[in-house]
Amino acid sequence: MMGLTPSQTVGPYLSIGLTWPDGVFAAEPDAPSGFWLRGNLFDGEGEPVPDGLVESWQANPDGSFDSTEDPRGASAWPRFRGYARSATDAIGGFEIHTLKPGPVPDGDGGLQAPHLNLSIFARGMLDRVITRVYFDGEPANADDPVLASVPAARRPTLVAVAQDGGYRFDIHLQGDEETVFFRT
Amino acid sequence: MPSRIFELSTLPFYRPPVPGTHPPLNFAGYRGTALRYPLHAPVNLPQRLTEVTGPVLGDHQPVEGDADLTRHHDGEPLGQRIIVGGRVLDSGGRPVPDALIEVWQANSGGRYRHVADRWDSPLDPNFTGLGRAMTDAFGRYKFITVKPGAYPWKNHLNAWRPAHIHFSLFGRAFVQRLVTQMYFPGDPLFFQDPIFNSIPDPDARERLISRFNLDATVPEWALAFDFDIVLRGAAATPFEGDDEPQDEA
Repeated sequence: MMGLTPSQTVGPYLSIGLTWPDGVFAAEPDAPSGFWLRGNLFDGEGEPVPDGLVESWQANPDGSFDSTEDPRGASAWPRFRGYARSATDAIGGFEIHTLKPGPVPDGDGGLQAPHLNLSIFARGMLDRVITRVYFDGEPANADDPVLASVPAARRPTLVAVAQDGGYRFDIHLQGDEETVFFRT
Repeated sequence: MPSRIFELSTLPFYRPPVPGTHPPLNFAGYRGTALRYPLHAPVNLPQRLTEVTGPVLGDHQPVEGDADLTRHHDGEPLGQRIIVGGRVLDSGGRPVPDALIEVWQANSGGRYRHVADRWDSPLDPNFTGLGRAMTDAFGRYKFITVKPGAYPWKNHLNAWRPAHIHFSLFGRAFVQRLVTQMYFPGDPLFFQDPIFNSIPDPDARERLISRFNLDATVPEWALAFDFDIVLRGAAATPFEGDDEPQDEA
């Protein structure tokens, strides 16, 4: 086995290397049913993190993935790439224009509720952290195996709430409102 | 909705990192971590479809010239011209082809082209410090650039970052995503750098130091450094013999 290359922080100048003109558009601006997922990234004192990056990866609206790593086969969805990245602004704000993913098989005969995986990078973070975004009001949340594995009191940190025709999802890296992060 | 149910055993399992490979999020020597590390332990997320798949990024394939950071302006940047190349592999030693690599760096004086960089060292009008490349079928990549300078950063008294190039990589799977920094051999600043030294395992730390490669240098033109990158690998190749259709819409 070869030893893995270690992680290092993205540092404060990540926008030089990781800015894409269309970065925030997992779904193209005029894709049908597209909406904005917006939120703010906060540190342990509730201050905004203005030098972070939020990346998303998710299934298509029918629960398939545009990835050959999906054993069901890769499926492209029109005007959608499943992936977005948003650098945070001066008030820690990020935004991702996307589509609601479909339920995804859990590999054990059941389904996972619609969700996005997020990676969060920032100056002061020596490695990324990983979290998931679920959708408020989604009945399938009740049977989701990942949500079920999280203490009930902390589950709301993983659920985006409806706002202005889209959804809001704030991320707290540390503190009383700390978001649930995962290791996988 | 895809109704077909597949067995969990058909998914790859990406081995977890050996403890000590990645830095802890809480590392007192790097002051910036203090308010940015979670206090709760991470919750285990079993690897399912969202974790073992990843974006294709077809629209973001680098174009000719993206990998030569010395040709992005009318003139050539100041500094030591270098070739940085290597392979992207997984932990099983398999090449990772078609992997997008994004790099960014300071100029030869250690100054970034960024509004937040206030260090009193001049910008170079001929250097942006951004490069992109895609690995080939053998996992190989190559950049041409200038060696970045060291710079002070106020983390502690007289703190200087060793010269480094930032690397961002996508493998095939969400779990393989990696952002790191490449360093140069023999840098006298390693001993006092908390970011480099945050990696607990000294052997893992050494893997971030590129190697001078005389064979890859170009006489009368450029020095060369090798930097191989190893991403998490799957414990088995799961899809061999899979006869499921590949064109499901």
